[in-house]
Amino acid sequence: MRKRVLPGFGISLGYALAYLGLIVLLPLAALAWKASGIGLHGLFRLLESPRTLAALKLSFGGALLAALLNVFIGLLVAWALVRYRFPGRRLLDALIDLPFALPTAVAGIALTALYAPNGWLGRWVVPMGIQVAYAPLGVLLAMVFVGFPFVVRTLQPVLQSLERDVEEAAESLGATRRQTFLRVILPLLVPTLLTGFALALARAVGEYGSVIFIAGNIPMRSEIAPLLIVQKLEEFNYAGAAALGVVMLAFSFILLLLIAVLQRWSRRWAERAA
Amino acid sequence: MSAVRTSRDASPGRRLGHAVIIVLASVFLGVFLLLPLASVFVEAFRQGVHAYLVSLHQPEALAAIRLTLLVAAIAVPLNLVFGIAAAWAMTRFEFRGKAALGALIDLPFSVSPVISGLVYVLLFGAQGWFGPWLAAHGVKIIFAVPGLVLATIFITLPFVARELIPLMQAQGSEEEEAARVLGANGWQMFLRVTLPNIRWALLYGVLLCNARAMGEFGAVSVVSGHIRGLTTTMPLEVEMRYNEYDYVGAFAIASLLALLALLTLAVKTFLEWRYSDEIAAHAPGGH
Repeated sequence: MRKRVLPGFGISLGYALAYLGLIVLLPLAALAWKASGIGLHGLFRLLESPRTLAALKLSFGGALLAALLNVFIGLLVAWALVRYRFPGRRLLDALIDLPFALPTAVAGIALTALYAPNGWLGRWVVPMGIQVAYAPLGVLLAMVFVGFPFVVRTLQPVLQSLERDVEEAAESLGATRRQTFLRVILPLLVPTLLTGFALALARAVGEYGSVIFIAGNIPMRSEIAPLLIVQKLEEFNYAGAAALGVVMLAFSFILLLLIAVLQRWSRRWAERAA
Repeated sequence: MSAVRTSRDASPGRRLGHAVIIVLASVFLGVFLLLPLASVFVEAFRQGVHAYLVSLHQPEALAAIRLTLLVAAIAVPLNLVFGIAAAWAMTRFEFRGKAALGALIDLPFSVSPVISGLVYVLLFGAQGWFGPWLAAHGVKIIFAVPGLVLATIFITLPFVARELIPLMQAQGSEEEEAARVLGANGWQMFLRVTLPNIRWALLYGVLLCNARAMGEFGAVSVVSGHIRGLTTTMPLEVEMRYNEYDYVGAFAIASLLALLALLTLAVKTFLEWRYSDEIAAHAPGGH
């Protein structure tokens, strides 16, 4: 092997590993250790509690739905921003990252103020019988908000590099606009859409700050799983909090793994179609 | 990049389709993103400029601002040094387990903020691994500033590294090797070759890291204990005032955080526009 010309291998890798060990691995080990304290029996008891189940269902169901909505909205917005030139486009493009930049507590109280019964939007939708604030719909709204930039930002570079000639070839062969989109463009975008979906999902599952204000946190109805962890901590039930944390992490990693498998499939499928 | 189709060379039906997509996207972004942002400022000034200024001048507001700046001033430089070290090791050398290291660096992004705070309570809290020892020696980490700093470091750990790794990978190491061959020592090489090459990406990563550090809520809320004037950062002060029905006060602090977000977006957009080839732009990281 050629002698290394560049210095600093030992110190940079050593420092990075020590830092990760202390900041990430050691605390996660403490989580696993504390969670194991309640045992399998305790885990079943935890998962049997209707309130815990309802919260997990809301967190994961809401996050899945929010990520799915973000795929559709994100595709529309990314398409508009990449394909068309219109006044205000650059401003809107810069605005996409607002949910990343705006602290979640600020987003939370702002959304609540908007959709509360006397808010700018609430005073229109509440009389129509649509309750957003202090209801599960509010949880969904906040989850869509925090995950929104992911799909747009993953799609934009791919849409930009999509060869225009592929579309034109399809059209010159007599494909309609809709056929071109559904049969040519969409299959090429599926792996990217899945990436955006996974990122938005991971974000929404664990989201806390923007959700708790608008959710109203009604047990069995609009209470998310991270809030239950906080409540268990406040009752000094550390083992219960840790166990619920491990359950959440395990669920998220299984979901992300499934998406990674789907992605591998879709990529192969797209390559074969191309 | 392929040419953008303008509406001029399209048929009337297609032009209508374009217009519908543009209007839908714009209306959505307006209602969904702009309206919440605008409402922060409207609510903050609901009772006039005077009430706004008074609520920002209260001692606990000033303490929260100071604490937020302090926590970010510790967490961001630490993650900056880590990011450079991790990126240097990952992009300049081959070693076993590199992919695992990359996954580990990304891990904090897929952990709920609440869990990020919880893990430190389990380590350093009263019932935690080191809790009894810390208590015996009179060291407070949880419900104190060190806990806030640790939780913030965890949450913002990936930002700088994730920005640097793809860029340094793409740049390659030829210039650095040349500097070494010409006799530069390690520091000279780093300061004169590496750092100038990565400065804008570094700034970009620090910008996102700082925005998250100052705005983090879930993780710090778990370790803070909400002691007014001592362990409440700005986002936590927003929450406490909001829960006390002090809406003008909550939105006044929120407006400062929203200004920080706008400033971050402006600088970010500028960096992407001016130095697009010197940063790994549009990295969909960072939440």
